[in-house]
Amino acid sequence: MAKRFEVEGLTASYGSKVAVDDVTLTIEPKTVTAFIGPSGCGKSTFLRSLNRMHEVIPGATVKGKVLLDEEDIYGPNIDPVAVRRTVGMVFQKPNPFPTMSIFDNTVAGLRLAGVRKRSELEDAAERALHAANLWIEVRDRLKEPGMGLSGGQQQRLCIARAIAVEPQVLLMDEPCSALDPISTLAIEDLIAQLKDSYTVVIVTHNMQQAARVSDITAFFTVMGPGEPGRLIEMDATDKIFRNPAEKRTEDYITGRFG
Amino acid sequence: MSSIAEVQSRSAIPLSELRPGSRRRVVDIVARVFVWFAFVAALVPLVLLLYFVTSKGLPYLTGPFLTHSMALVPPNRAGGGIYHAIVGTLEQVLIATLIAVPLGLLTAIYLSEYGRGALRTAIRFFVDVMTGVPSIIAGIFIYTFWVVGTGHGFSGFAGAMALAVLMLPIVVRSSEEMLLLVPAELREASFALGIARWKTVLSIVLPTASAGIITGVMLAVARVTGETAPLLVTVFDNPYINNDPFHAPQSAMSLFVYNQAESAYAPAINRAWAGAFTLIAVVVILNIGARLLARRNRLIR
Repeated sequence: MAKRFEVEGLTASYGSKVAVDDVTLTIEPKTVTAFIGPSGCGKSTFLRSLNRMHEVIPGATVKGKVLLDEEDIYGPNIDPVAVRRTVGMVFQKPNPFPTMSIFDNTVAGLRLAGVRKRSELEDAAERALHAANLWIEVRDRLKEPGMGLSGGQQQRLCIARAIAVEPQVLLMDEPCSALDPISTLAIEDLIAQLKDSYTVVIVTHNMQQAARVSDITAFFTVMGPGEPGRLIEMDATDKIFRNPAEKRTEDYITGRFG
Repeated sequence: MSSIAEVQSRSAIPLSELRPGSRRRVVDIVARVFVWFAFVAALVPLVLLLYFVTSKGLPYLTGPFLTHSMALVPPNRAGGGIYHAIVGTLEQVLIATLIAVPLGLLTAIYLSEYGRGALRTAIRFFVDVMTGVPSIIAGIFIYTFWVVGTGHGFSGFAGAMALAVLMLPIVVRSSEEMLLLVPAELREASFALGIARWKTVLSIVLPTASAGIITGVMLAVARVTGETAPLLVTVFDNPYINNDPFHAPQSAMSLFVYNQAESAYAPAINRAWAGAFTLIAVVVILNIGARLLARRNRLIR
């Protein structure tokens, strides 16, 4: 159920502006990997190039190799739609589909992929909502609109929606930055459970969050305005926060910059 | 430079002394009066129009008026009715809508979801040009190319094509605006679930924009229902009931009003007022119907 990412020399650009340059790293299955760094360091761009969402933006390009269990997702015969089914994504702002109910939101991915059987959809919805720790709160009102939930519940609904299509990897782009501390705690608990079955990659601005939820942390930074972002250091979260190898990582983590 | 102490002392002024000064109050009153005046001035013609059409038309809006045609009714006699014109207008507008909405909607989808670069700019430009085409030109175009050119003669269908030419740019621009209002995050959410672009457009983007698109379509329908000039040279008018929009001249409500109002006789003028009232009523009914339809899958905000 979980796959390994091996990224070699990945460079992602918007038109002529390079957002993140020459990143090589490995993301282990069934672990939580956190990307931290100041704004503009390219960590979100890098995350979006892991499921070919970067190229959705007009003018955006990617160079380099991204091997998902030895298969290059940028290979010539690879369908980006298939990549995104395997590598799910949760966004910064909760974005349930406004015309759909809680149930319809949860199974949107399955239904649009052609699953028609009612019982199959119901099972999948219950499983996904359980996995997202939302089932107890919504089981009596599955037919109500997804937009009627609170922000934290909406974000868990989005996670349930992403899990329902049974991806191998789950990418999360600052999933808690629009949420209050209690909802954040609910999502962090959820991340800890998800790593039992998925490879989880999370981008966060909150260093305590990275320290709390992740096993591996990667630090990205940018040297100055107009410069591309770069990967500085990647190691066990404990090591990064206690005894980083790079001075710049230490400066960022101790709050001396950024 | 104001120090923190200064700012604090200013905020310590009692609220009663923070009332607007006399100058600000005068400006406020002047602006208020001006806004009210503009609002009333814009409303006056609309109210007068409804008043005159209702007071002059309603007394002649009878059962027989709605159920009879103008066959064999001389202009100087009372009697006759608008039935043949209602049939004509409904058929022509329906066919025009069936032509213009699919074409317009697909064009709007291309412009907002797929189009890039020069082709998109060119299509936008020509759609804008089409918006400005005078309606008689649309009529003459169909007259030249269909009525005379291919020898089909006058028919409701010819009129419907002229109306479709007028509807198309309105449908394209209003639908495109509505599609562009759909947040990019929803498209991204759908792509990230591994849903192909065309399915995303069909199942996520269109339903989210549907209420606005229907409003735009209704505006276009209301706009062409009252068109007279292009119908004169394509539908031609016909005092008899002609249920077949594909053969022979038909009538239309706008043509009915136009021809009756041209007459020198009082009964014909009265028929024109009653016809005008019916025309407004039909547009209002179509509008309410479309809104009720749109409410069924309304946007939840």
